[in-house]
Amino acid sequence: MDERFFRVPSGCGVCGIMSKNGQLFSGEKIVKSMCNMIERGNGLGSGFAGYGIYPEFHDNWCFHVMYNSKKNIEIVEKYLKESFDIIHSEPIPTKNGKKFKFVPILHRYFLKIKQEKFNNKMDDFSEDDLIVNAVMFINRNIEDAFIFSSGKNMGIFKGVGNPDEIGDFYKIYEYKGYLWTAHNRFPTNTVAWWGGAHPFGILDWAVVHNGEISSYGINRRYLENFGYYCTLFTDTEVITYLFDLLHRKHKIDFETIGKILASPFWFQIDRIKDENYKNYLKMLRIIYGPALINGPFAIIVTNSEYMIGLNDRIKLRPLVAGEDENFYYLSSEEAAIRIINNNLKVYQVDAGKPFIFKVKWQS
Amino acid sequence: MNEIKIDAYSLHYKVLNEKIRELVKSGYKKIYIENVLGQRYIAAGLKEKGVEIYIDGIPGNDLACFMDGAKIFVNGNCQDGVGNTMNSGEIIINGNTGDITGHSMRGGEIYIKGNVGYRVGIHMKAYKNLYPVIVIGGTAGDFLGEYMAGGLIIILNLEKKDKVVGHLIGTGMHGGEIFIRGKVGDTIGKEVKIFKAEKDEIRRIKKYIEKFCNYFNNELEKIISDEFIKLIPISKRPYGKIYIY
Repeated sequence: MDERFFRVPSGCGVCGIMSKNGQLFSGEKIVKSMCNMIERGNGLGSGFAGYGIYPEFHDNWCFHVMYNSKKNIEIVEKYLKESFDIIHSEPIPTKNGKKFKFVPILHRYFLKIKQEKFNNKMDDFSEDDLIVNAVMFINRNIEDAFIFSSGKNMGIFKGVGNPDEIGDFYKIYEYKGYLWTAHNRFPTNTVAWWGGAHPFGILDWAVVHNGEISSYGINRRYLENFGYYCTLFTDTEVITYLFDLLHRKHKIDFETIGKILASPFWFQIDRIKDENYKNYLKMLRIIYGPALINGPFAIIVTNSEYMIGLNDRIKLRPLVAGEDENFYYLSSEEAAIRIINNNLKVYQVDAGKPFIFKVKWQS
Repeated sequence: MNEIKIDAYSLHYKVLNEKIRELVKSGYKKIYIENVLGQRYIAAGLKEKGVEIYIDGIPGNDLACFMDGAKIFVNGNCQDGVGNTMNSGEIIINGNTGDITGHSMRGGEIYIKGNVGYRVGIHMKAYKNLYPVIVIGGTAGDFLGEYMAGGLIIILNLEKKDKVVGHLIGTGMHGGEIFIRGKVGDTIGKEVKIFKAEKDEIRRIKKYIEKFCNYFNNELEKIISDEFIKLIPISKRPYGKIYIY
C-alpha cells in the first residue's frame, strides 16, 4: 500500500470484563455493556474478543480469516497446509447477514504446526514466531484474504455494524469465555471496513482502542525492522504488534511497557531525584523512542492471562476501572460497568499508568 | 403537587429528555428520576427557572449542558462533561465526576462531594453578571483550570490527601482564580503563579464553601481555618506572542 493512503481513524468506546478466577461466562454480558454506550460509535465498526471460547480445540492455533472474494480461498488453504495440519475447519457461524451492506466470507481453521517446520531453524525460533510469520505473509501477499485472529483458545469477531448487530450476527451470546473485550467504532479519518474494526489481534493478543495515534508512521516503520507489517489500515494495529514485540520478544513487564508507550515527559524525568531511576527512564526513552505512542488513546490490551488498561500521558480519552467480587472491569464509561453490576468499586485510570489485571486460575 | 417520579430504566436518552422537557412545560417543579444509567445530556438546554431534578444513578456524559437556571441533585457518580457550557443554575453531586467537569461553563455553580478527573473547568469564562463556580470536596486530576478565562474553582481536599491536584494545573489560564486547601507541587502550568490566600479573600469566597457544607454536612469553620493557596494567571494574554500577523 502506498504511504499516502495511510490515514488515522478515531472516536469509539471500549470495554473489557475478566473473571478473577478464570470462570467461563457468556458473551452476553459484554454485548450488554457495550450497548449501554452505543452512542460512542456510529455503526461503522464493532467487535469482540473472547478467551477460553474453544475448549475442545484449546491446543490448536485458531485462525479467523475474512475473504473479501472467493478467488484466493484455495491459495490460502494451500499455504496453510504447507505449514499446518488442519485439525478442523468451518465457516464462522453467523446469522442475519442480510441486514449488512457487505459481509465477507468468514472462515475459521484449527491448526497444528507440522514439526518439520522447525528443522534447520534457530533454537529460539518458536511456534509463536511461525504464527506471526504466517499471518504477516497472508495479510501482506494474498489479496482479499485477512487473518484477523490467530491465538489459541480465543477468538476475535468483528465487522461493520453496531455492537448489538455484530454481537447478534456472530451469536456472541453462545460463546463462553473467562475474558471478553469489546469495541464500538466512530471512524473519523478512514473508510470503515470489516478488517479495520477492532479488536486487533496477533497470537493471543487483542487490542481495543479509543483515540488516534499521531505517531503511527514512526511506530509502523519501527515495527517493520522486526518483521511486523501493518496491513489493516487502522492505527490500532501498531499497538498490537508493539505489545507482542516488547512483552513476548523483549520480555518487558507491563509496568515498564506503560513507561515506554506513554513515557513520562522530559520535564517530569528532570525532576526525579533518584539518579539511577532518572537514568533508567532516560534510557527507556532513548532506546524505545520510536515505540512511544503519541496522540490521544485509551486502550484495553488482553492476552490469555492479562487485561491491561492504558491511557495516553495526558489522558485525552476516558477510561475507568472497576472490581467486584468475581470480575475486573475496564470501560470508557462508568455506567457501562454498572449495568453489569451496580455494587462495585470504581477507580479512575491515571494518565500513562497501566491498570493491570491478572487471572488467578483455580487450582 | 408539582412533583413527579420517572423510572429511567433502559430508557434511551432522547426519550428521557423529551419526557423531562414535557413535564417541565406542564408545570412540574420537582422531578425525581430513578435508575439512571448512562443517559446523556440530561436537562440539556433547560431554560425554565425554579425546577429541581433529582437523579438517582449514574447520568451519562454532558449532564446539564447548556442548562440555564434549573437545579440538579445527583445521588451517584457522574461521567465526563458535567455542566458543559451551562449558563446558570446549580448541580450538586453526591459522588465523583469524570474529566472536563464544568467544560466552558459560563455561569452557575457545581458542587462535587468527591474527586474530579482531568481538565476540570477547562475554558470557564465569566461575563458581566455571569460568574461560574466549581467547588470540589476531594482532589482533582491534571490540567485543572486549563485555558480558564474567568470564574472560580475551589478545591477543599477534605480528606487532606498529599496529592491534591495533578500536574500542569492552570496551563493556558488567563482569567479567574483557583483556591486550593493544601499544597501544590512545582509542576504547575507556565501561565500561573501560586500565592497565599489572604483572610479577606477567603471571606470573599466563603459563601460558596458554606453552601457546599450545607449540602454535604461539613463544618465550615474547620475548613476555612486551614491555609489556602491561590492560583492566578500572570498574563491576560499568554499566547499573544505566538500568533503574529
